[in-house]
Amino acid sequence: MADTCLELKNIRKSFSKDETVLKEISLSIGKGEFITLLGSSGCGKTTTLRIIAGLEMPDSGQVFLDGRDVTALPPEARDVNTVFQNYALFPHMTVADNIGYGLKLRKVPKAEIKKRVSQMLELVQLPGYEKRKPSELSGGQRQRVAIARSLINNPKVLLLDEPLGALDLQLRRIMQLELKKLQKKLGITFIYITHDQEEAINMSDRIAVMNHGTFEQIGSPDEIYNHPKTSYVATFVGNANILKGKAEELEGDKVRVSLAGGSVLAAADGNTPAKAAPVTLAVRSENIVLDESCQRGLLAEVVEKSFAGGLLRVVLKLTDGTEVIASRYGIDASVQPGQNVTCFFEPENAVLVDVEKESGAES
Amino acid sequence: MKKKKSGAVWMILPLYIFTIIFVAGPLLYMVALSFAQPKAGHGVEWIFTLENYKKILDPVYMQTFTGSFKLALTSTLFICLIGYPFGYFMAKLSDKWKKRAMIFLMLPFWVNSLIRLYGWMIILQTKGLLNHALKSLGLIDKPLRILYSYPAIVIGMTYVLLPFMILSVYSSAEKLDWSLVEAARDLGAKPFKAFWTVSFKLTLPGLLSGVILTFVPSMGLFFIADILGGNKIVLVGSLIQEQMTRGSNWPFAAALAVVLMILTTLMIMLYRKITNAKELEGVG
Repeated sequence: MADTCLELKNIRKSFSKDETVLKEISLSIGKGEFITLLGSSGCGKTTTLRIIAGLEMPDSGQVFLDGRDVTALPPEARDVNTVFQNYALFPHMTVADNIGYGLKLRKVPKAEIKKRVSQMLELVQLPGYEKRKPSELSGGQRQRVAIARSLINNPKVLLLDEPLGALDLQLRRIMQLELKKLQKKLGITFIYITHDQEEAINMSDRIAVMNHGTFEQIGSPDEIYNHPKTSYVATFVGNANILKGKAEELEGDKVRVSLAGGSVLAAADGNTPAKAAPVTLAVRSENIVLDESCQRGLLAEVVEKSFAGGLLRVVLKLTDGTEVIASRYGIDASVQPGQNVTCFFEPENAVLVDVEKESGAES
Repeated sequence: MKKKKSGAVWMILPLYIFTIIFVAGPLLYMVALSFAQPKAGHGVEWIFTLENYKKILDPVYMQTFTGSFKLALTSTLFICLIGYPFGYFMAKLSDKWKKRAMIFLMLPFWVNSLIRLYGWMIILQTKGLLNHALKSLGLIDKPLRILYSYPAIVIGMTYVLLPFMILSVYSSAEKLDWSLVEAARDLGAKPFKAFWTVSFKLTLPGLLSGVILTFVPSMGLFFIADILGGNKIVLVGSLIQEQMTRGSNWPFAAALAVVLMILTTLMIMLYRKITNAKELEGVG
């Protein structure tokens, strides 16, 4: 990684005695990186962002910005700006006053402010909107103004707290592309928060998946999607099926795993589970293939069949009751609920997850 | 459609009748009265005259007006200084404490305000609680003569009208989106600057309506001046009351009341102009 821009060291935070929001998290973010904190609500991602912004104090741990410890600094003394979830535009000021707010505080001359405000409006594609009030703007326009207001201060890091959460799907897609372009153009480090895995995969250089106040996995979108390390990441990001079984033997770079209703091969990915050790497999639903002739794979019963926008979704039940979902495009499958089938998947599509957790439990 | 509309008119007719009988009627009667002549002794003679209004221009009565105005201004200033921070910080409390603060604020209303003012007499009198406390703290040697003085009236006015200011500021601070303050801090504003450019501007309508709610009544609250001021300081309110009762000059009392009403209406118009001009939207 290039130069480190922002570093979190062993950050811990709790709001009450019984609930720890962040459990000793550490993260290092490079200059010009687009990193996404991905997780469901309550996982601690917003708290992490607020600690970086200085709006919240960690109970312990440090925040470094460009190598300088800023943990004790108030928000106004940090070279970090935030785009708030609800935009937080000042309702009593015009668009120009909103965007120029930071510069006015720094006592920049009026003419200079005016010039840079119109440059910013140009950048976010709202030229000529200076005189408008926030109440006269649409959701997407407010979003752009909020981004312009933060970027005009040339922050080292821009924090974005679910900035597209309130926009409709079509506008979200457009804004995703625009944000990514803007970030590339300006070369500013973006820390982006979302609970939408698709958004995270589309935009990020790296994704940090958060769960219960810790990072489950930090990696590129490809790593997160194709090589999830934990069952949480596999289900949250890839909607994967989780299959629990026992390791049998290594067969080259593959490992044979016995599951309810048969045994399968899975990519070992460098892991060498001991014989009879419990292992967990993650297989995404689109990689599960049904065999109506019951020749190959795991025995299962079809429970439910449904269609969603050209996607066929079949819910199966393995012999031990584990639910498995198979999906694919096209609605040509002839399987019916109650029918017995077998299901199988290619070894490279089965990923061993929770390896650390399981080996830890054994020792 | 048309039938429906006329039906709606019939529905609100009782309201109109009520308003005409109990609001517009008495007001018009008072205005008419202010142009009539007092009968020697008691009663009114219905002969048109401007004498009552001319009488107000007499320096003695003008002084009453300016004095009342000054007192109202002083009281309102103190009410702002105490009430604004009170209401503002009350809005920042947790829900549990907000409820408690509200109860404390409302509690005094359960007791008649006259009785509460007599309570102030006990506190402020020469041998009263306040002097006792100041003396035992060693702050004064001789007891202060606060009761029956100007400060006593200001204290009384402030005390009686403070809740209106607090509630007015509170209700507008309550609606304030605190993430705006965070945004201001995030953009580089120090705490006071963030307060001044964002919170204060957005709670200004609450402060201004609090000013109206306290300034207007403090022009006319004669009983405070009577009880705590010992009748030494005559306010417009007391003057009207005096002319109505002892002076038996109803037309003059009516003229005074009309002028007072015009003054307060002007104040309210001014307030509306200020708040409209600032276009303080997103609030209220």
